[in-house]
Amino acid sequence: MKSYHLDHLDYLETEAIHIMREVAAEFERPAILFSGGKDSICLLRLAEKAFRPSDIPLPFLNVATGHEFPELLEFRDRRAKELGAKLIVRSVDEALEKGLAVQAPGQISRNQLQIPVLLSAIEEFRFDCCIGGARRDEEKARAKERFFSFRDSFGQWDPKNQRPEIWNLYNGRLNPGENMRVFPLSNWTEMDVWEYIKREKLEVPSIYFSHQRRCVRRGGQWVPDTKLMPAKANEEVKELIVRVRTIGDIISTGCVESPAATCDDIIAEIAAARVTERGSRADDRVSEAAMEDRKKAGYF
Amino acid sequence: MTVTHHPVDLLRFNTCGSVDDGKSTLIGRLLYDSKSLMEDQIEALERSADITGGGQINLANLTDGLRAEREQGITIDVAYRYFATPHRKFIIADTPGHVQYTRNMVTGASTANLSIILVDARQGVIEQSRRHAIIASLLRIPHLVVAINKMDLVDWSEERFLEIKDQFEEFLPRLDIKDVKFIPVSALQGDNIVTLSAHTPWYPGPTLLGHLETVHIASDWNLSNFRFPVQWVNRPNNPTDHTLHDFRGLSGQIAGGIVRVGQKVMILPSGFSSTIKQIWTLDGLQEEAFSPQSVTLVLEHDLDISRGDVIVDAEDLPGASSDLHAKICWMNPRPLTPGKQYLIKHTNQTVKASVTAIEHRINISTLEKEDGITELAMNDLGEIRLKTAKPLIYDGYAINRLTGSFILIEPGTNTTVAAGMLLPPTEVARPEYRDFAI
Repeated sequence: MKSYHLDHLDYLETEAIHIMREVAAEFERPAILFSGGKDSICLLRLAEKAFRPSDIPLPFLNVATGHEFPELLEFRDRRAKELGAKLIVRSVDEALEKGLAVQAPGQISRNQLQIPVLLSAIEEFRFDCCIGGARRDEEKARAKERFFSFRDSFGQWDPKNQRPEIWNLYNGRLNPGENMRVFPLSNWTEMDVWEYIKREKLEVPSIYFSHQRRCVRRGGQWVPDTKLMPAKANEEVKELIVRVRTIGDIISTGCVESPAATCDDIIAEIAAARVTERGSRADDRVSEAAMEDRKKAGYF
Repeated sequence: MTVTHHPVDLLRFNTCGSVDDGKSTLIGRLLYDSKSLMEDQIEALERSADITGGGQINLANLTDGLRAEREQGITIDVAYRYFATPHRKFIIADTPGHVQYTRNMVTGASTANLSIILVDARQGVIEQSRRHAIIASLLRIPHLVVAINKMDLVDWSEERFLEIKDQFEEFLPRLDIKDVKFIPVSALQGDNIVTLSAHTPWYPGPTLLGHLETVHIASDWNLSNFRFPVQWVNRPNNPTDHTLHDFRGLSGQIAGGIVRVGQKVMILPSGFSSTIKQIWTLDGLQEEAFSPQSVTLVLEHDLDISRGDVIVDAEDLPGASSDLHAKICWMNPRPLTPGKQYLIKHTNQTVKASVTAIEHRINISTLEKEDGITELAMNDLGEIRLKTAKPLIYDGYAINRLTGSFILIEPGTNTTVAAGMLLPPTEVARPEYRDFAI
């Protein structure tokens, strides 16, 4: 007998497609935030699923930090081209030059500096909605984030002013100047993302897989040794076999020691992992524990 | 390398209760015993226990945001948590049970397959347990689990367990819940959570997790009445593939039933008839598709169809009316006053609506209907009459959660102020232009 029942990825997919189409139908000028990272790669596949055979009716927006892994930029541009989409890039460098963003003294990481750049891009293109790849499981504070997350005219999120979300009925109504952030992957976990990448045979930047890299020990984790922030004399530097689990500013992106060379390897590694994706504080013990746990395969 | 982690489907459940009844401990236990809590999370819990909790780990602190909110006195609402076993992936809608109890529970329950009610074995069934069951019933959550917790504090007494079960079953006949399971547990010590407890030889099982992993949810979606609210009209502008020049697809999520190529359908409210020519997906053309899949339908005829129209089985028509009768949960600090204009969002359309009458307020502890009500306040449940600017194409909520539900939006502030569940339609759709059917 045929089963009319969705598996967990099918369920997450149809939920996300529904949300994508709500955005296309209800907003005047929506965009998709595309960094080239694994979550936004899933977003793009979902956009194809939602809108093909038409063109994807939303431009892609990337806020470049200027501190990217080169592999990521190459992939970002190529993927946007393959999909025939319009890619808009606004960069922190440009914003620093124009004075739109100002670096705090001693601040080297550019993750924070993306905010003013994003807000000015929203204003420049008059975007009323940005679809992002954030997930509720990746950070504790996100556990209560809505699918449709309302922002006031200053781009601020007010937890007191969140709209209840009931059934699959999303309230996307805005007054002029206000903005919506929409997160179709809210219910996805890191594992779901990788299982989906595997199922859909999606290409991801090579840095997610095991590779050799010169790393420097900083703040309890291994980060890439780069010219942006060269290793100091007292810092430990090592050639390691690593991969990244989550991608941010290159100088602060933790590298995990891992031999995972395929999606299956990564899925097995996550299944055995004993630390969260963002729990970089304990990264040194992560990989070792993960390696040890992996050997006990059979126990999920 | 074998991948051992592969859940087959997804169960959404909600828990609701106050801090003392062991809800957080229960969730923590499920996460911990299913290996879903990570070391850094546990360490963070231990750190906060040392600082503020006198060494006692408080699993409620799992969501950092929560604590900050509590300090600021902000309303705490639904938090979502995730875990998986090799059998299933689970989404927990965790709703703290004080001030905004009803509103939050309605939100969490609206997407749930199952609801867990925690009962403290020492206290038995209290008002909050009844309220919880009543909301689960109103929201038509198909499955209910009554976890009788803190069994260790009543010496694992079977008599006490059966006594509480009887108390609960006494008011069950008044509810619309088909499947209820009673499980004696100790969330703190882990008894009957993941493994059967040696303390309860009189309880044959299943464990709580065992039940969550196996409860039959395949028939929780409506697969009987085909309903397809058109969400987005799919018309390629400059197709590189020239066969797509005339492509006119209707994209949406199937809100009920099964659709097959060749099926005769009607488009409402226009009443035009057509036949399903293609079921288009990125993964190729399908012969059939079912709720809640998202697909793009191509019809035999080129008809004027737009967002908000509903494609249904020609032999099985839904209701259509601009005079609606519904149960609602009011969610806004400004009370509902009859006569005021709101916007109603139902499936894929938003139209003007005004509340013409409040028929009753529903007493959430007794299910009694209170008459002579002039307004509904925040967290009130009530039965109302609505008039919409355009007829809605709908089913009763009891038949279909997707075509039977709506939200009310306050114009101006754009806030979502109510969640509504439509009562069964009194009139079947009478298409405006039926005579023009092709």
